[in-house]
Amino acid sequence: MARYAILIDYDYCTGCHTCEVACQQQHDYAPGTSGIMVREYEYEARDRVRIDYLPFFTQHCDLCKARRKHDKVPACVRHCQARCMEFGTTEELATMMSDRSNVVLFTHHPGR
Amino acid sequence: MKDTEIYPTIAWSAGPGCHGGCGQKLFVEDGKLVRVEGDENNPWNQGRSCPRVLAFKQYVYHPNRITKPLRRVGERGEGKFASISWHEAFDLCERRLKEVREKYGAESVIFAQGTGRDIGGPLSFLAYSFGSPNLCQLGLSGQSCYTPRLGAMKAVMGDFAVVDCSQFLEQRYNDPQWVPPEVIITWGQDPTSGCPDAFYGHWIVDCMRRGSKIIAVDPRNTWTTSRAVHHLQIRPGTDGALALGMLNVIIEEGIYDKEFVTQWVEGFDQLKERVKHYAVEEVSAITEVPANAIVTAARLFANAKQAAIHWGVPIDMCPDGTAVAHAIICLWAITGNIDIPGGQVIARPSHGVTSYPYSTEELFKLYGSDLINRLSKKRIGADTYPMVRNFRAWAQPDMAIEQIHSGKPYPIKVAWIQTANILGGQAARAEFHYEALKKLDFIVVVDLFHNPTTMALADLVLPAATFAEKDSIRAWWAPLAIIKKRVQVGECKSDWEINFEMAKRLNPDVMRRWNSLEDLFDDRLKTSGFTVKDLLDRGGWKMPADGPFKPYRRHERGLLRPDNTPGFNTPSGKVEVYCETYKQWGLDPLPFYTEPPQSKVSTPALYKKYPLVLITGARSQLFFQSEHRMIPWLREKMPDPIVEIHPQTAARYGIDDGEWVYIENDMGRVKRKAKITRKVKPTHIHTMHGWWLPELDGREPCLFGVWDYQINKIIPGPQCSKSGFGGGQYKTTLCTLSKINVSGVSRG
Repeated sequence: MARYAILIDYDYCTGCHTCEVACQQQHDYAPGTSGIMVREYEYEARDRVRIDYLPFFTQHCDLCKARRKHDKVPACVRHCQARCMEFGTTEELATMMSDRSNVVLFTHHPGR
Repeated sequence: MKDTEIYPTIAWSAGPGCHGGCGQKLFVEDGKLVRVEGDENNPWNQGRSCPRVLAFKQYVYHPNRITKPLRRVGERGEGKFASISWHEAFDLCERRLKEVREKYGAESVIFAQGTGRDIGGPLSFLAYSFGSPNLCQLGLSGQSCYTPRLGAMKAVMGDFAVVDCSQFLEQRYNDPQWVPPEVIITWGQDPTSGCPDAFYGHWIVDCMRRGSKIIAVDPRNTWTTSRAVHHLQIRPGTDGALALGMLNVIIEEGIYDKEFVTQWVEGFDQLKERVKHYAVEEVSAITEVPANAIVTAARLFANAKQAAIHWGVPIDMCPDGTAVAHAIICLWAITGNIDIPGGQVIARPSHGVTSYPYSTEELFKLYGSDLINRLSKKRIGADTYPMVRNFRAWAQPDMAIEQIHSGKPYPIKVAWIQTANILGGQAARAEFHYEALKKLDFIVVVDLFHNPTTMALADLVLPAATFAEKDSIRAWWAPLAIIKKRVQVGECKSDWEINFEMAKRLNPDVMRRWNSLEDLFDDRLKTSGFTVKDLLDRGGWKMPADGPFKPYRRHERGLLRPDNTPGFNTPSGKVEVYCETYKQWGLDPLPFYTEPPQSKVSTPALYKKYPLVLITGARSQLFFQSEHRMIPWLREKMPDPIVEIHPQTAARYGIDDGEWVYIENDMGRVKRKAKITRKVKPTHIHTMHGWWLPELDGREPCLFGVWDYQINKIIPGPQCSKSGFGGGQYKTTLCTLSKINVSGVSRG
């Protein structure tokens, strides 16, 4: 089981793009490459147009392995303006998410 | 491995470019910036950052940064510049400015700034040291950005106020004095898209997590409106009617704060009479907001124990923006929400320090009432407009450009434009600004990158510094903070350094009073009891202690008035909903509604020809105004200038998603890429402002494509509030759409 994970609360992502650029700066990724991407989702519910933002991880996310050596949380989690991301062990986050809705968990094997 | 030094500082200036005061940590190796991270010890942002700060490295070391003073050697627009020394540049400016002052008077030099970052301090310092009263955000029609609201607050309640998100308390949300607002109205501002007016946008999101309910007043659908308990999808420009309609409901139903009104509100009966003219059904017809929604929203706001209103530039951009602001201040006042925890707290520059003067009072303090009063007589617009004469001491921008063009009543010969891309940014009637400014004898542009303004107009370009490369002070609300220089790029200098050197050359008194910039900062910090060094030793910032600069209930405690008696800092000591100051200025002492100058109501014939309302200027976290289009990590996330079009509207015009179209009216046409979305209503379209393409040819006639993409080219003027401030038509201009044929798609 992967030891660490990031939890995202979809209800609170405001689509500010902070996580994407935080990741690009941290890894010095070229434009077009990022460990996380945010997409906009537009739909209708209860006679209102609603806008949600959906962050998701890519192959380029390594859960900021280099930062963890310095006891720092991943760059996206650290800078997220809406505070909709949490970093922790897979176990504790999985337990926490059991009584919440619209949250997702991303894991990445540290050895990879 | 190289040693990394980490320096906390404040990101208020070029870089992110915004009005925020984030604490950021600069990671520096061998004198070079390698990374930026949010400063978790700074209570403002508590470790957070934004995309523009996180891409800062690409901004600081961008290959196109201007890093040396440049003198124009070809014709204007040819793009031929030669680098010269700072000494030569200062000599040239000194000679030209002194010549004009001698021959025509100091008022013949206009000083132009962009939006409100730390530039307001150094630019007003230079203008007043030189002796010119003509300082403004040139191009910004009606000075329609915060100044109308600031003027209204000062006149009606004697102070400025903001939503209480605990930003004046060092422990923030954990401070036991603070409670979250029960209700926040986000009025014409989407807090998730940026940080306006010294307000960190996501503080509203922090409050939502802590239980605040949102009422959103916005013609568009956004993340925030999606989560609001009520979304009042207002017709652009009718905000004044909505505020008066809500006042009508609250007063008619008797759900106002009777105790506060009796004790602290002046002129309630007159307000009561006035709002009778704004019955809910009529207001609903004007605003296109259903009557029951206005009533429920008004009740929710008034019945909340503590509630607040977070507002944006659409208030200023209403015709008579100062009257709309007045109406909204009445909402705060009659519900008793002023200066209470979780309400609308009075906001004063920290520790009484002025880093950027917002009021005449502050200018008197810095430069003396004699000088300011004397200069005010010659200020452009002072004879015509009461608020230009009596508040903030800025020239009226619409009249200023007319005067630059006509030379009447006196000629303008020189423009000093500092970190303001007038032609690619805020200028309504942008082409007229271009024609007028080209007439000037000498134009200095201080900036960080070439842009349409430097290329079309500059005779001399001076390279400005980012926040990492400069020393400055910040006292915009709280905390009081120091910006400290940690890296040097080329020969770039800070706005303060440039203007201090120029002021010394132009005014011997400046030379006598301060030996160095640090002397000047220490002098300006005097009321705080700290020096620059003291503050740096304490970590670079300091929250105000209990007293006049920290909430709450200062009116009860005698902390607002110079005579230390309880009350507000107005002539009557109360919040003057019937505003004596407005009356003295020849303005209506009560709030009222004016229909936008172009609309289906006021210009039905024009509406037939141009049946779409053009809303411009919604913000993005990726770009600040006309900046950042050359930053790779940012631009890739919004590569093209888009226009939001409702699916029904797109079908009517036969426009497909992703297709290039023209937005047009009688003033011309501008290119955009269609984004088909239900974010806008079928009767509206929205597009962002500030578009020019740095990857295109900067020389005439292309000027980075500014005349293809500058939306303010088709925003009319002059039109402004009776006060002189407010009324720019950036949100209410009528237009239509047309498809571009294949050959027109070319972006070169």
